Amino acid sequence: MIHFVVLISRQGKVRLTKWYSPYSQKERTKVIRELSGMILARGPKLCNFVEWKGYKVVYRRYASLYFCMCIDADDNELEILEIIHHFVEILDRYFGSVCELDLIFNFHKAYYILDEILIAGELQEPSKKTVARLIAAQDALVETAKEQASSISNMIAQATK
Amino acid sequence: MGPASSSLKEKHHGVLIAGVQLCTDLCKASTDALEYLRKNCTEGLVRILRDVSNSPYAPEYDVAGITDPFLHIRVLRLMRMLGQGDADSSEYMNDILAQVATKTESNKNAGNAILYECVETIMGIEASSGLRVLAINILGRFLSNRDNNIRYVALHMLMKAVTVDFQAVQRHRTTILECVKDSDASIRKRALELVFLLVNDTNVKSLTKELIDYLEVSDQEFKGDLTAKICSIVEKFSQEKLWYIDQMFKVLSLAGNYVKDDVWHALIVMISNAPDLQGYSVRSLYKAFQTSNEQETLVRVTVWCIGEYGEMLVNNVGVLEMEEPMTVTESDAVDAVEVALKCNSSDITTRAMSLVALLKLSSRFPPTSERIREIVMQHKGNVELELQQRSIEFNSIIQRHRNIKSSLVERMPVLDESAFIGKRVGSSQATLSADKSSRPTSGSPGASLKLPNGVAKPPPAPLVDLLDLSSDDVPASTSSTTDFLHDLLGGDLMSPSSSAPSGGGAGTDILMDLLSIGSPSAPTDVSVPNIISSNQGNAGELETAPASVMDFLDGLPSNSSLPGDKDPIYPSITAFESSTLKISFSFTKQPGKPQDTVIQATFTNLSSNTYTDFIFQAAVPKFIQLHLDPASSSTLPASGNGTIMQTLSVTNSQQGQKPLAMRIRMVYRVNNEDKTEQGQINNFPPGL
Repeated sequence: MIHFVVLISRQGKVRLTKWYSPYSQKERTKVIRELSGMILARGPKLCNFVEWKGYKVVYRRYASLYFCMCIDADDNELEILEIIHHFVEILDRYFGSVCELDLIFNFHKAYYILDEILIAGELQEPSKKTVARLIAAQDALVETAKEQASSISNMIAQATK
Repeated sequence: MGPASSSLKEKHHGVLIAGVQLCTDLCKASTDALEYLRKNCTEGLVRILRDVSNSPYAPEYDVAGITDPFLHIRVLRLMRMLGQGDADSSEYMNDILAQVATKTESNKNAGNAILYECVETIMGIEASSGLRVLAINILGRFLSNRDNNIRYVALHMLMKAVTVDFQAVQRHRTTILECVKDSDASIRKRALELVFLLVNDTNVKSLTKELIDYLEVSDQEFKGDLTAKICSIVEKFSQEKLWYIDQMFKVLSLAGNYVKDDVWHALIVMISNAPDLQGYSVRSLYKAFQTSNEQETLVRVTVWCIGEYGEMLVNNVGVLEMEEPMTVTESDAVDAVEVALKCNSSDITTRAMSLVALLKLSSRFPPTSERIREIVMQHKGNVELELQQRSIEFNSIIQRHRNIKSSLVERMPVLDESAFIGKRVGSSQATLSADKSSRPTSGSPGASLKLPNGVAKPPPAPLVDLLDLSSDDVPASTSSTTDFLHDLLGGDLMSPSSSAPSGGGAGTDILMDLLSIGSPSAPTDVSVPNIISSNQGNAGELETAPASVMDFLDGLPSNSSLPGDKDPIYPSITAFESSTLKISFSFTKQPGKPQDTVIQATFTNLSSNTYTDFIFQAAVPKFIQLHLDPASSSTLPASGNGTIMQTLSVTNSQQGQKPLAMRIRMVYRVNNEDKTEQGQINNFPPGL
């Protein structure tokens, strides 16, 4: 099972974290610090797997962002690489040529997408189309809610309450 | 279980994947679930896998040309769980596994992920041998792939495959060895572990050679791991001592600083057990030392060997056919040790060992003795206490005690190898004792030096403290229960007597007396040189003497168990009476402390001469503690005109079970000569 997902920028800034195992706040910061040190220090040609504290950390670098996932020692690392790529492709399809800036400004959407793909540390949805459809539906909901809140009738109703 | 297995019949891939995952976890959690799934769902699973692998292009689930690799992998994993240990279901899965293994393209990561899972499944279930061969071939292909990830995964898989099919993995040995030298740290580590698993008697020599060659060029972090692995391989698989010693010397010269302590201790034990190879060892070490003397452990082993086997080095004893002729003069050998001593990067242990080696050399090569003494004297004022101590001791041995020097630094008795290895497997305490047993000449002068320091305190120090002290020291350094250490300690106890002059004259006298009281047949003359020579035999008995004295005392009368009555009134006794001296004891016990007794000793002079410098000493068995207060005076007037009183406090830890017993000794001066009397007190009242 995947224990956590961490997205780190090239400068060491954390863009996204999702924890599927119990880690206290202190442990989380410690883990992130250790991992950033380890992974950012690795050269380009080395393999994408790092052994760390009995777990394996699979990472891949996309432009300036490192996508890291921590798995158990007996899991299939190549599959996790595929899962990372799956996630990135969906992000790409949704944002259209996604870059780090998109993730900074729309981090909530990135979390929604991740939650659609992974649940309890396992892959949930292998189909990109389904995920795209679901996120689109959610966006539509958000739009209607916004519209409703800003419609004139609502404003009058609020004022006279 | 019903709903879980019915979820496997779904069409939607998302639900299917979740269902498969659920079933996998159920199998891990309970064996009943495993049985149920095995019976009912195996065919279903095989069908799913067949459908998905044969399915045409489906844009929704397509990843790099393969339909839903995630589903492939999950199903394969569940099949592995179901097929483990069960021949029927494994057979059922054979076909589909073979199909997946051959059909999947492996130029993309998705394909490789499926193949990897497939290989793992084949290894996990009871597969046919054809299938196994297929799996190993796939792994071999992975190994030669240029992609680091694939190689890493292959190495990982091969470690598991080693248990299944050893021979097949051996075929890939060269590729694996290449991986040890890879630039990627993770791959290197994996490859090294795999190599370690692959070592057996036939290939150990070539493998070790390769590893040692690589050791030269590897980087720092890796050297430690590599060294440890090489050492353990060499130790486990060494059939001949010559090869073992050779390899260890190479490792020491290349990476001595990473070699752990117990490894080079084992090496020394091994050398001392191989008398025919000692000459060869010391010569090779000498050569290696010339080139690479910054490796600390190499320096230590060299210095020790030169010290022990110096004359073999100089006289070319025991030359083996393959050696080139080499002439080393005595002063060359001394030079080498001196370099080790003076080198700035040597630490305390190395310098200490060098000092001992110099001492040994001064006895083996007498002409260099004066030069060695000068070298040793240079450390007289060294900041480190250990070095200063050794320097002064050895200097005085060289200068003043020529007659005993050669026996002091005789060839060390052969260290018991099997006992050493047995202990080494044990706790770290064992390594500590082995450490001491492999360096007893360096350890014991320090350890036994505690004795005079403890004794040279107030002159009427109770004898029992010394005996306890020595018996405490002995177990600490001989927890290895090897006899030779007893002998060595016994032999080395002479060095405290040579440094006793620094402790003061009175202290020396006490020491002589105390040491000679240990043996029943103690010489009564107290002159210093005689004691030194006779103590060689006596001190050796000193270690056994406490035991024998105690046994002797334990075998005293009234060995029947005492009634243990709490009567506080005890009659005073005449402890000792001879024609010239009478001692009487009177007892008081404190209420509430039955184990403590206060004895008042009264000494009366029965002769017509006055005794001066009267000293009373007492020894008690181990279960009793004795404390002597200072005497009222040290002059005993003649014919009972006056008495000396001295108070003793005794604590009997086995009060009620064993009676008090004491051995006493009086030393005094009468008519300008020293006289000694000793005796045993057996007539203590019972219950004390």
